[in-house]
Amino acid sequence: MTMDIPVQGAHGLGRPAAARPHSGELAADSRSEQRRILGLSLPSLLLVTALLLIPVGWLFGLSFFKRGVFTFDHYLRMVEHSSYIAIFQTTFSLSILVTLICVLLGYPVAYLLAQLPRRWATLGMALVILPFWTSLLVRTYAWLVLLQRTGVINTTLISAGIIDEPLQLVHNYTGTVIGMTHIMLPFLILPLYASIKAIDMDYVRAASNLGASPTQAFLKIFLPLSLPGLIAGSLLVFIICLGFYVTPQILGGGRVTTVSMKIQQNIGMYFDWGAGSALGVALLVFVGLIFLVAHRLAGLERMFKG
Amino acid sequence: MSAQPIPISHWRRAWLYVLVAAVLLFLIVPMLIVVPMSFSGSEYLEFPPREWSLRWYASYFNSPEWMASTRVSFAAAVLTALIATPLGVAAAYALNAVRLRLTPVLQVILLLPQMVPVILIGIGIFYIYIQLQLVNTLFGIVLAHTLLAVPFVVVTVMSGLRSYDMTQEKVARSLGAPRWKAFMLVTLPQIKLSVISGALFAFITSLDEVVIGLFIAGGDNTVLTRRMFQSLRDQIDPTIAAISSLLIILSAVVLASVAVMSGGKKQRSEA
Repeated sequence: MTMDIPVQGAHGLGRPAAARPHSGELAADSRSEQRRILGLSLPSLLLVTALLLIPVGWLFGLSFFKRGVFTFDHYLRMVEHSSYIAIFQTTFSLSILVTLICVLLGYPVAYLLAQLPRRWATLGMALVILPFWTSLLVRTYAWLVLLQRTGVINTTLISAGIIDEPLQLVHNYTGTVIGMTHIMLPFLILPLYASIKAIDMDYVRAASNLGASPTQAFLKIFLPLSLPGLIAGSLLVFIICLGFYVTPQILGGGRVTTVSMKIQQNIGMYFDWGAGSALGVALLVFVGLIFLVAHRLAGLERMFKG
Repeated sequence: MSAQPIPISHWRRAWLYVLVAAVLLFLIVPMLIVVPMSFSGSEYLEFPPREWSLRWYASYFNSPEWMASTRVSFAAAVLTALIATPLGVAAAYALNAVRLRLTPVLQVILLLPQMVPVILIGIGIFYIYIQLQLVNTLFGIVLAHTLLAVPFVVVTVMSGLRSYDMTQEKVARSLGAPRWKAFMLVTLPQIKLSVISGALFAFITSLDEVVIGLFIAGGDNTVLTRRMFQSLRDQIDPTIAAISSLLIILSAVVLASVAVMSGGKKQRSEA
């Protein structure tokens, strides 16, 4: 696979500096020259500052105010109100479940594709990447159509005589989990594939030569070597799941409320900036904590390597 | 890149092949099934359709609302790609060339739009846009989409720059070319493919964006995804099957061109 496909959040943070020749006639390495070159990133930095850092900082401030009075009410509500606690529970349980399913389904795919001959691996990766780059809304719609009472899955099951009544597969938790799993799977497979591909298979062969069964060689050698990539991929999936809005809104049919949906409700319907901001800040804190854990466990740079 | 077989017989792990095939089908089938369904002649989307027709495509192309949204979305996507690409290339060049302690910090800041939950970015931009009166303006939409697209360009171009030997640019400069000219004449042609890929990803990122658009892309500048989202929430309008099919085909075409380009690059570098 030679496509330069960036995984969402796939970057090479903190790469070690390449050894640079210290040729004296080129003044390029002087620090002032370096600062000037760094200035090329200024327009992008300004954009991030104006549209992300300042607004989020502003919202952080707003989250402590209610009708112009300083208060912790918006945060207290999250730990005291059962409806708010339920929203956080739904969001976390949904994210954990989807992440687990993605790991169970995605690991074998990345594992096998990394070993297949190039042509088959390319075909397999194309099947992973096409959905990845197709609108999330389109994919959510596809599942809505497939899972509805008169949808393909129900009519097939009925005509095969497996069920008599159509199953309720959508507008509930089940449909949300199916749709989100479909959307998140490539986020797990792509980084995991890259990190598995980098494993030196000689270790596994050495284990076999020394008498390990294929299962032993996998569990003792391969799995531990692939663990950093797996942890990075699953944390990425988990973080994106925590902020999910579109899919639970459409496939959940009002029976699933995530933190993002509550934020949208607070702001879009009630213009309650304080409450919405506080939920957003809480979400950001969780995401930040997970990034921190990811950094400790797997090294942040690995998490961002496509 | 070893593709040497692992010492396990294919039969002993037939289950693995079956499982992987099933997962790949799970990924691709929902998208493929939408396309034939969009040619259904009936009010209910069936598979396979009992009668074929182009009525949902007609309903899309004949609707002034859908057409207006499509125009807004494409205008925004083209403008986003045009703005995000130079911004991202400049930033990637800087991050790649400069090794100060500040560099990794700037890199994290530039990639923040991919880390912060998009709903939070959405309400933040909404709040700022209300003060600046940018809500429901094309300019505001393009600016917000550029924020999301720049990290993609930065990542793609940085990976292109990593496999490029910077000494070539230094040679050009030691021969008297100013840095700007050395970049344009020596470096850019060689990282061209990653720049084009970055631009295409920026285009798709803008076209597919939903959440921020729900807050800031309404009124006369309602983007396609917002209109789709709203009509999905209310009822399942089969017109969306037609639009979805067109979007799937568009993604496939864009990805195929990126693949062909990077495939060509690979062959040349191997030769």
